[in-house]
Amino acid sequence: MRIIVPVKRVPDTASVRRIDATSRTVDRESSEAVLCPVNEYAIEEAMRIKERTDAHVTVLIAAPESGRGIVQKALAYGLDEAVFVTDPAIAGSDAIGTARVLAAALRHLEPWDLVLFGNQSTDARTSVVPAAVAELLGLPSITYARHLELADGSLVAHREHEEGWDVVSAPLPAIVSVVEAINEPRFPSFKGIIAAKSKPVVDLDLAGIGLEPGLVGHGAAAAELIDFSERPPKAAGTVVNDDGAGSSVGALVDWMAERKFV
Amino acid sequence: MMGEILVLVDHSDGAPRKSALQLLTAARSVADVTGDEVAAVWLGPGAAAAADTLGRHGAARVLAWDSADAKAFVTVPQVEALEQLIGARSSTLLLFASANHTKDVAARLAVRLGGGIITDATGLEVEGGRVVATKEVFGGDVITRARIAGDRAQIVGIAANAYPVEEPGTAAAPVETFSVTLSDAARSAPVTAVEKQASADRPDIAEAAIVVSGGRGLGKPEGFELLERLADLLGAGVGASRAATDAGWYPHRYQIGQTGRTVAPSLYLGAGISGAIQHRAGMQTSQHVVAINKDPEAPIFQIADFGVVGDLYEVVPRLIEALEARRG
Repeated sequence: MRIIVPVKRVPDTASVRRIDATSRTVDRESSEAVLCPVNEYAIEEAMRIKERTDAHVTVLIAAPESGRGIVQKALAYGLDEAVFVTDPAIAGSDAIGTARVLAAALRHLEPWDLVLFGNQSTDARTSVVPAAVAELLGLPSITYARHLELADGSLVAHREHEEGWDVVSAPLPAIVSVVEAINEPRFPSFKGIIAAKSKPVVDLDLAGIGLEPGLVGHGAAAAELIDFSERPPKAAGTVVNDDGAGSSVGALVDWMAERKFV
Repeated sequence: MMGEILVLVDHSDGAPRKSALQLLTAARSVADVTGDEVAAVWLGPGAAAAADTLGRHGAARVLAWDSADAKAFVTVPQVEALEQLIGARSSTLLLFASANHTKDVAARLAVRLGGGIITDATGLEVEGGRVVATKEVFGGDVITRARIAGDRAQIVGIAANAYPVEEPGTAAAPVETFSVTLSDAARSAPVTAVEKQASADRPDIAEAAIVVSGGRGLGKPEGFELLERLADLLGAGVGASRAATDAGWYPHRYQIGQTGRTVAPSLYLGAGISGAIQHRAGMQTSQHVVAINKDPEAPIFQIADFGVVGDLYEVVPRLIEALEARRG
């Protein structure tokens, strides 16, 4: 069993996140870069499978050179190796362009049985990359998995939606994305952090994964940012102190009634 | 011949979801400028029964693939149906609701058509005959305007509640059925069961006009029973912060925040939620925010339109009593 976990470098939600006016993409200098927290669920699921089946797990990251720090952070969870894809031509890719890079890298890394994505990234939050990668590879997209079982070359997953979930099955290899209901991620151990330093890291560029540079990057992006603005700060609201016996409730109900919420 | 804006209708138990009716409003706002017609696309059985609702909400016609295959296999049958439909008609714009499974359909379709995809748009304008989508990113801190470049197919997802449900029509829309040839690959991942978890009476947090949400300050799982009573009085959905879902007090599927779901209701009422940035990233574009929290320094008060500093176990039961009394 071989598993690939694609992870993303994102700006920390707790930092000031901006769009760079020149590159028109995420301003990566204005904020601290972290491993996308949603990826932790995919890494955890891969680790659990690894512990059960002795699977080999590769973490895949496509990022500018400045994103290399994420490689060690991901390996620290106990994954076996990393593949780091970087190429100046990738800059400015939209979600479909990003999917093209990841799909080409996955083709280069074949054979594998399972790809485990997070269902969304905390920066762009479009959730379209896993399905787009599956389409590019001609594979099922078993996204939003809240439960995953593997057996005999196939999988069963519970795909979450607004009303509950669908129980689905699919042959391997398959593209899966997981939601945070699937598990409780571990923290990297001290041993894991030390061991990460000696895990193999494979460096690849677009030529290395066999992808034509003209298919990705700013020039190929179908979704085009026209302009952007920062949200104006919100005016201060009303704050009342409750006396411990519900003295605030009258004012709250009036406030809600004025706005026709009751 | 006039062009056609296609609206992918998400439906459940034979009825269009509220998000689909909002999509029809969004589509008509574009059609009013471009002169195009709005066609609802119904994938699966049951279009005839929905034609009245869809017509009254603004669809000029319903294009239906009347086959259970649409939902019998994961995603790909719907992609192939749309690909074949778009190939046969003069459509350059497809609108879809930005929900889990429809986003997958749209993403795979964008790849197949060589088109572009924008998700979670909160507004649409028309410039030069093409759509410009407004979108809030980084938890609502930044507002962007984007379009699909060139003459590529425009596949645009609309955020829940970004447009109202309107009812401009009076009659059922005519239904035109079409057939679809499925590839073998479309049948590779069967759906073997559907588990419904949502309460039939309580709206989902993404679609609800009001969301009542609880966090660490509830202190115990029973706190959510109280919030559910309040929510049901308001016709609201119930959400939770990650602290509450990680504690096992409420299911993960209702987690609002950076690793969970994003909501933008008319009213968000948070009880016992401090409002850490990771939570605010999932709710701060709500139109109105009410916060009930013991800690006057809680960051949620920075974005609250109405804040109550107090013990939620004193305030919420009395709020429920007051709302019940108003009902009489």
